[in-house]
Amino acid sequence: MILLEVKDLRTYFETEDGLVKAVDGVSFQLQHGETLGIVGESGSGKSVTNLSIIRLIQEPPGKIVSGEVILKGQDILLLPPHAVRKIRGRRIAMIFQDPMTSLNPFMKISRQLMEMTQLHLGHTRSQAYEHAVKMLETVGIPDARTRANSYPHEFSGGMRQRVMIAMALSCEPELLIADEPTTALDVTIQAQILELIRKLKQETGTSVILITHDLGVVAGMTDRVIVMYAGKIFEQAKTKELFARPGNPYTKGLLRSVPDPTDEQGKLYQIPGLPPDVAHLKPGCPFAERCERVEEICRREFPPFVELTPDHHSLCHFANEVYAESN
Amino acid sequence: MQTEPEIQTESGEGEFIRGTSLWRDAWRRLLKNKLAVFGLIVVIFITLASITGPAIIKRTFGFTPDYIPTSEPALVKSFPPFRGPNGEFSWKHPMGTDNAGRDQLARILQGGQISLFVGIIATIVSLIIGVSYGAISGYAGGRIDNLMMRIVDVLYSLPYVILVIVLLAMFRSQTPRGQLILLFVALGSVSWLTMARIVRGQVLSLKNQEFVLAARATGVSAPRIIFRHLVPNTLGPVIVYATLTIPQIMLTEAFLSFLGLGVQAPLASWGSLAADGIQNIAIFPWQLIFPGVTMALTLFSLNFLGDGLRDALDPQMRTI
Repeated sequence: MILLEVKDLRTYFETEDGLVKAVDGVSFQLQHGETLGIVGESGSGKSVTNLSIIRLIQEPPGKIVSGEVILKGQDILLLPPHAVRKIRGRRIAMIFQDPMTSLNPFMKISRQLMEMTQLHLGHTRSQAYEHAVKMLETVGIPDARTRANSYPHEFSGGMRQRVMIAMALSCEPELLIADEPTTALDVTIQAQILELIRKLKQETGTSVILITHDLGVVAGMTDRVIVMYAGKIFEQAKTKELFARPGNPYTKGLLRSVPDPTDEQGKLYQIPGLPPDVAHLKPGCPFAERCERVEEICRREFPPFVELTPDHHSLCHFANEVYAESN
Repeated sequence: MQTEPEIQTESGEGEFIRGTSLWRDAWRRLLKNKLAVFGLIVVIFITLASITGPAIIKRTFGFTPDYIPTSEPALVKSFPPFRGPNGEFSWKHPMGTDNAGRDQLARILQGGQISLFVGIIATIVSLIIGVSYGAISGYAGGRIDNLMMRIVDVLYSLPYVILVIVLLAMFRSQTPRGQLILLFVALGSVSWLTMARIVRGQVLSLKNQEFVLAARATGVSAPRIIFRHLVPNTLGPVIVYATLTIPQIMLTEAFLSFLGLGVQAPLASWGSLAADGIQNIAIFPWQLIFPGVTMALTLFSLNFLGDGLRDALDPQMRTI
């Protein structure tokens, strides 16, 4: 069953430098209970896509120009603001990148957790408090009842991210959007947090959108992957398929840039050049300047979104060839 | 303030290490600052003395601040407290009397009540209006922010002393109490401008932090984000500025009273006492000296306290 369907989403930002098409025609579907990974370099539009889904784009300068975001048959983009507020946190919850700054330093942990359930589930203070303690226990905070009355600065980064997860899941949302949840944490904590998300996802059946630029995380956590570049979806496939048979030169480049611990290579591959300035995109393929197999047509014409298999799409003039080669 | 639900600590020893909160930390730093502690003590002392003083004098000597003796001879001839009828030593009027024979100490203490009251009320007004106005403006941003801040700019650019004088002169009230209320309105209406600017600046930088985005992402409404999440985070600078606003307002009040626009007799404020005293400065200098020194001491202390609070609440600001 489809939980969320995003159709042709376009979010533009009006800047002094011109119109920045941060998200330009993104479409995807998310099934119930599925984990979707969104990968891409910085500035590829991953975060803006997800902020657009719950309408948290700062307006101005940003604007959702067109598109539909359908959550169980209801287009979020057409709802009035107060109705969107009822969805945020209740049906779609978010976890942010930096746990050090995503908790209010002046509020006790318990109060921040209580705010959620008091707001959305109509809990009384004592109900909300008990629920907060229970959630803290669920995410593995030892001595939760005492710790609930601490302030954020008394917690370490990993603990704060656990608190964020507790907060996000306290209303049992249908969709959890995790925006680079482990980027700011060190490796051992990363593993713990990812394991926690996976465990809670299994217990609650929540769907997850996981934004990251760590391909290892994607491989281990997700069912399906979207590769974004310059505000567009470059490739979309089942995770296993994408890693085994990428159908896009950009994805190939990304996969080659992951260090392989078993292979003692001399030098780590990197995709040449820098991501393009999305305010001034040339008419052709945005990746053309950096692509290994660029041909004349790439600079001239925008590539088609090729269907390789019903479950695997790639934005490239030579998608079929790349797909065939990578087998 | 809302109270937290009952919390039992279940750790075996019945004690757990309390984290050092920001306030505790700030308090400790404040206590290390000698000038600030001095200021705090003086402010507390003068406040308590002003509140209780007139009543104590009434009990001890049996006169109120506005009591004008009719039977006693004028007691203003020599420097206090040497002021028995024949110039002998007497503690009855330790700071002398004024022209009408009212006890100076009692009047200074009563004046202190009014001066402090004016300062505190006007500061509270500036807190309520200034903080809300600044926080809303900063959070709204864009065109609304622009409009709201231009209004502040316009009010700023009005010659504020003249404005207050015109206001007080136009609505000059017949009763001293009415005049006092008018003074509150006049001072309160202009005292919030700087506070609004300070809070707006704070909110502008705070609202881009991730915890605000996180609060929005959990469906918290805008007023709640402003007043529950943002305003408490601006509290440090707000407290500091409020402490520094009190002496500023008191000084303005003294200035207006000195010009005869503020508090009217038989009520007194330090400014009006000084105004009365200056008429006799050559013959009875203490009539100016005592209210003047009291006021200066209080203002100094409040400023020391404000500076100390700033250092305590914002340790990064310190040079050492």
